[in-house]
Amino acid sequence: MGSPSIVSSITFNFAGTQTLSAQLLLGAEADVFAAADSEHMKQLEVAGLTEGQSRVFAHNILEIAVPRGNPKGIHDLRDLARPGLVVVLADPSVPAGKYAKQALDRAGVKVQAASLETQVTGVLSKVAIGEADAGIVYRSDIVNNRSVDGVVIPEAENVIADYTIVVLKSARNRAGAYAFIDLVVSGAGATVLLATGFRAA
Amino acid sequence: MRRVPAPLIALAGLGLLFFLLPLAGLILRAPWDQAAAGITAPETATALELSLFCSLAATAIALVLGIPLALVLSRMTGKPRKVLRALTTLPMVLPPVVGGVALWLAFGRRGLVGSFLYQAFGLQITFTTAAAVMAETFVAMPFLVIAVEGGIRSLDPRYEEAARALGAGGWMVFARVTLPLLRPAIFSGAVLCWARALGEFGATITFAGNFPGRTQTVPVAVYVALETRPDAAIVLSLILLAVSLAILVGMRDRWLGAL
Repeated sequence: MGSPSIVSSITFNFAGTQTLSAQLLLGAEADVFAAADSEHMKQLEVAGLTEGQSRVFAHNILEIAVPRGNPKGIHDLRDLARPGLVVVLADPSVPAGKYAKQALDRAGVKVQAASLETQVTGVLSKVAIGEADAGIVYRSDIVNNRSVDGVVIPEAENVIADYTIVVLKSARNRAGAYAFIDLVVSGAGATVLLATGFRAA
Repeated sequence: MRRVPAPLIALAGLGLLFFLLPLAGLILRAPWDQAAAGITAPETATALELSLFCSLAATAIALVLGIPLALVLSRMTGKPRKVLRALTTLPMVLPPVVGGVALWLAFGRRGLVGSFLYQAFGLQITFTTAAAVMAETFVAMPFLVIAVEGGIRSLDPRYEEAARALGAGGWMVFARVTLPLLRPAIFSGAVLCWARALGEFGATITFAGNFPGRTQTVPVAVYVALETRPDAAIVLSLILLAVSLAILVGMRDRWLGAL
């Protein structure tokens, strides 16, 4: 696993892709940026903040999150249009919301969302606490979550999210940044990603 | 103006600068060429209308419930008063997001009261405009209670005693003597409460969610816009700033002009 001395101490700053890219565009500094789509990555590339080409390091697909035990008996995207059902989606301005909209369009389903959450975690928490009957999130959000169950969305309707990673020009530890990306895209990295519900790139 | 020691003037200037600078940044960095488009955009009007409605409704509720609460607080003594006072001010120190979670646990579908409402009447409060009003009331009402309680404590009790001696009942004393004397305290409390409600974000987005026209108040809209259209977010912030200033100045003249 390369040089542990370089990647032994890593500071993570987790947030929605749109939040992180907005912070970087406003001048925040970091060594590595990983995004849940390629559009926000492209914005940073256009702004000249990235070094070299970004790499796709994982894929994620959508799933319908329902409270444990699926009390409302939801089986596919069409069920989300049922009247009286409280469905929460991510706002179309964030990757998860954009993908959810694409999936619903593919399935030809119109959903009256109760709320357009500003982060995919907002969708998840509202389903987990029982305020919403269903929400569309990533498979990786559901796999290790004990308070929600996942309903599979068939490939034909699903959207595959590309997760991208890149070294930033503002990197202070350039060698460490490259070593970290090497680790993420390595076999060991793929094993971790698979265990948390992602698909290897 | 009476003389103020020079070091204090320096500190006061520093304090003023500290909150004027961000304001200056907002005004200087605003994309003025887009301001007109921002003001006339239908989303702006929707968010602004909702914000005004929710913050005024929250203030009205806080007045109806908060003035009696302040009165009871001011008449209590000893330990019960300390406990009740601490409970009343709790929402002021609670991070608003935590307040939102607490509202869930009380009024959500699985909450203490909410589960009953949901099972008995099929009523769900979360994700409604009522939820946004409740979130704002929860966070803002303590400001009114504290201001009014302070006002009651500094009242000269002889006015009320005189009214009672002249035969006025409890309700009459409250309505005709206490309340009018409290006008400045109620006004400043209501303004604080309203301003806090207008700016409320954390509890609202947690408890009420985000949906244009239903729960997307201006602060929530600013947050959503900030990450995709930062220019629009700045314009929206300035609009809220201008509207609140106009209302504050207008209300002050109207309410306190008679004093």
